[in-house]
Amino acid sequence: MKTIVGLEIHVQLATATKLFCGCSTDYRDDGPNTHCCPVCLGLPGSLPRLNRKAVEYGLLVAKALGMRVLEESEFARKNYFYPDLPKAYQITQYDKPLAVEGIIEIEDDEGHEKIVRITRVHLEEDPGRLVHVAGASKYSLVDYNRSGIPLLEIVTEPDMRSPQEARRFLNKLRTILEYLRVFDGDREGSLRVDANISLEGSERVEVKNISSYKGVEKALTFEVTRQKNLRRRGQTVTRETRHFMEGRGITTSARGKEEEHDYRYFPEPDLRPLRVTDWVAEIDLPELPAARKNRFMAQYGISPNHARTLTGDPKLADFYERVAPVDPALAATWVADTLLGELNYRDMSIAAVPADRIAELLGLLRAETVTDRAGVQVLREMLDACAAGRPSERPAAIVKRENLGRTTGDDFSAIVRTVIASNPQAVEDYHAGRKGALNFLVGQVMKETRGRADPRELGRIVSECIEKGEV
Amino acid sequence: MAGTLDFSPDDRCNAFITTCREARFSDGALAGVAVAVKDNISTAGIRTTCASRILEGYVPPYDAHVIELLRKEGAAIVGKTNMDEFGMGSTTETSAFGPTRNPADPTRVPGGSSGGSAAALAAGLVPMALGTDTGGSIRCPAAFCGVVGLKPTYGRVSRYGLIAYANSLEQIGPMARTVEDVSRLMSVIAKYDPRDSTMLDRPYDHRPSADIAGLRVGVPEEYFGEGVDPRVAETVRDAIGVLEELGASTVPVSIPGMRYALAAYYVICTGEASSNLARFDGVRYGPAVDIRKSWHDAYQEIRQANFGAEVRRRVMLGTFALSAGYAGRYYAKALGARQKIRQDFERALRDADVIAGPTMPTVAFRLGEKTDPLSLYLADILTAPANLAGIPAISVPCGRVDGLPVGFQLMGRQFEDERVVDAAYAYEQEVRA
Repeated sequence: MKTIVGLEIHVQLATATKLFCGCSTDYRDDGPNTHCCPVCLGLPGSLPRLNRKAVEYGLLVAKALGMRVLEESEFARKNYFYPDLPKAYQITQYDKPLAVEGIIEIEDDEGHEKIVRITRVHLEEDPGRLVHVAGASKYSLVDYNRSGIPLLEIVTEPDMRSPQEARRFLNKLRTILEYLRVFDGDREGSLRVDANISLEGSERVEVKNISSYKGVEKALTFEVTRQKNLRRRGQTVTRETRHFMEGRGITTSARGKEEEHDYRYFPEPDLRPLRVTDWVAEIDLPELPAARKNRFMAQYGISPNHARTLTGDPKLADFYERVAPVDPALAATWVADTLLGELNYRDMSIAAVPADRIAELLGLLRAETVTDRAGVQVLREMLDACAAGRPSERPAAIVKRENLGRTTGDDFSAIVRTVIASNPQAVEDYHAGRKGALNFLVGQVMKETRGRADPRELGRIVSECIEKGEV
Repeated sequence: MAGTLDFSPDDRCNAFITTCREARFSDGALAGVAVAVKDNISTAGIRTTCASRILEGYVPPYDAHVIELLRKEGAAIVGKTNMDEFGMGSTTETSAFGPTRNPADPTRVPGGSSGGSAAALAAGLVPMALGTDTGGSIRCPAAFCGVVGLKPTYGRVSRYGLIAYANSLEQIGPMARTVEDVSRLMSVIAKYDPRDSTMLDRPYDHRPSADIAGLRVGVPEEYFGEGVDPRVAETVRDAIGVLEELGASTVPVSIPGMRYALAAYYVICTGEASSNLARFDGVRYGPAVDIRKSWHDAYQEIRQANFGAEVRRRVMLGTFALSAGYAGRYYAKALGARQKIRQDFERALRDADVIAGPTMPTVAFRLGEKTDPLSLYLADILTAPANLAGIPAISVPCGRVDGLPVGFQLMGRQFEDERVVDAAYAYEQEVRA
């Protein structure tokens, strides 16, 4: 059974002010209803005034996705009652969106390139937010800080064939948006997805308001299973809207009034039609992920895998380019593998890591002043400091303080002798020709020396010691 | 010369909803002049009701653009005037604060919806007032009460702070007892405001001139046809004769789209109104909703109880006109008709510099006379076309029928408000002399 998936993605554009007023969009750390004015509160008599930057951001996305910008686009009112919607209508775009017909390339499940068509992108305002106080179920509170935040809605054709493809599509889209610097994926709730999913030959189901990348794959996987099970039992899939319960990983039917909406769209009389095709030529697109990946491979001579990982996030790519001059290959391994792993473990952002200090560490590694293992220890100390909000010490200082400097094997002869003396069985095994014995003994020495010595060199010293019978 | 104006009017016509007994003022072009403001224009610190119970207790935290300008030029805002609820009416009888009476005859309505502003002027309580005009709401009461009122070109006065009834049609405009004062007030309020995106930067800065020699006055047959009281038509023809005596010439013009005007007007204004008034749900304004009920039930109850019958009727009409399956048959057609009317006026205003006709088909109705909504809607037939076309239109008194004032309407090209003011001024100066 073929799975058919189409997405509607709402992304908050990273403008400094709201879509129709001058209120700041940076509200997440502030109290409720502190970023509001007559316009975003929908006070009687207030009028919307379009934020030029939001239009430019929308056009930037349209251009990057190869879309056609409409000669004349138009704002419309979408009318519905909801307590978080202060005007009882949302200003959005209806039959004349900003741009139509674009594409994004992704990898399909077999690893081949495929195209997902973008139907349209349009601008609209975010509503406020209902807050439910624990233990007070009798009422809801409304926070209008989010009201009027600019959203770009991106609608795809039903071109994805699995939940995994949908996830890859979203990752690709996110990367492009971040490269365009129109979107900050680190902000909570900055991306929300409605997914349409059907099995070939069945009705389609809309899953609303999924608020994370992982959530999309989970919700769709759940739906595929649910719909297949229905079919297997001989039941039909009904066309409906469902909600995704993030915590439980399931979708539930949203039957009832909200499905029967007639939004009574009509052109927003308080705004003029938008004629911005002229602006498009003025837009300079930044280097996009695919181009940057190719450049990384050519310019730094790194592997396709490293190049893909490093360019998957513009902040990471920028970081790499700051430390690459030390040694591009060494930097690629350390940033793409070691550093990224440590950041994921700590749930830290690359933005918190000082590139100059990492470059210094790479310098120590390149000069073989420290071993790889000691390098990891230095890195961890630095990241722990960053995570705690402390300025990171210079790597050389950590090396000195912790006595992590690489030492030549001879300095460890005492430790080597002790290890050999206390592991007679391993020595016997070594003499018997068992390879593992040497590795075991070297491991013991490494442990005692806290990784300051080069393992290959240590292997030579340990075997020399045993051969010479210096115990 | 900044100071405070004591304002304790003998308001026997019920022109005001709110009066400010001590109105502060500062220096400027209107220093110390008492200005009354229609109660759908936001005034910081002064309750603004739209003559509706649903806005009970609402005190705007901000001034409308026109109020900022008035204050800057020293005007004393002395009160908020009565009106049809949310501007929906032509009599000022749909106000939740009771009807206003016509100072020319207290058994008659003052017209509407800016009836309070017109009555306050006619009763001599203030020299200047602001009204708003969506389909005739400045010109109708000006005509019925015997004062002057200008509906500016759409986009000439900022709507920021005007509580919307029908956004694409309405404008705030000046009202006074003389054309000169209307022009003075217009010079203060018609200044660019980037917060109103439908506005153009075309400030009005004009002293009226009575020299109209060579002016071509278009006379549309549709303005003198069926439904227009022949005595009113006669009075207005006399007024046109006065313009001719002053050196103007007349040309017959035609607005064939007129027959669609009222239908188009009522579909567009009720459609927009149904959306604009949806925010009044009892959560943020007016009497509080009962939070024990589901919000859907609570909204319904509060809106049922606190909107008047005419507002409910128009909200329902507009909701219907915009609903799926009907929008194409009603709203889309109304926009088409509006386009046609616009073109008709453009064409007529190539042959003529202004267009003249009666403001209202009749003189003021008796209080309670018009009980059937349709006949009331028909009374807008001569005023609504200017709103559909977005052109300036002024009403100036031109005599009486049955002892009641008749309004002479002059319409002009977009952004030629100065020209209609001059024509009205020339007429007024001549008949006063």
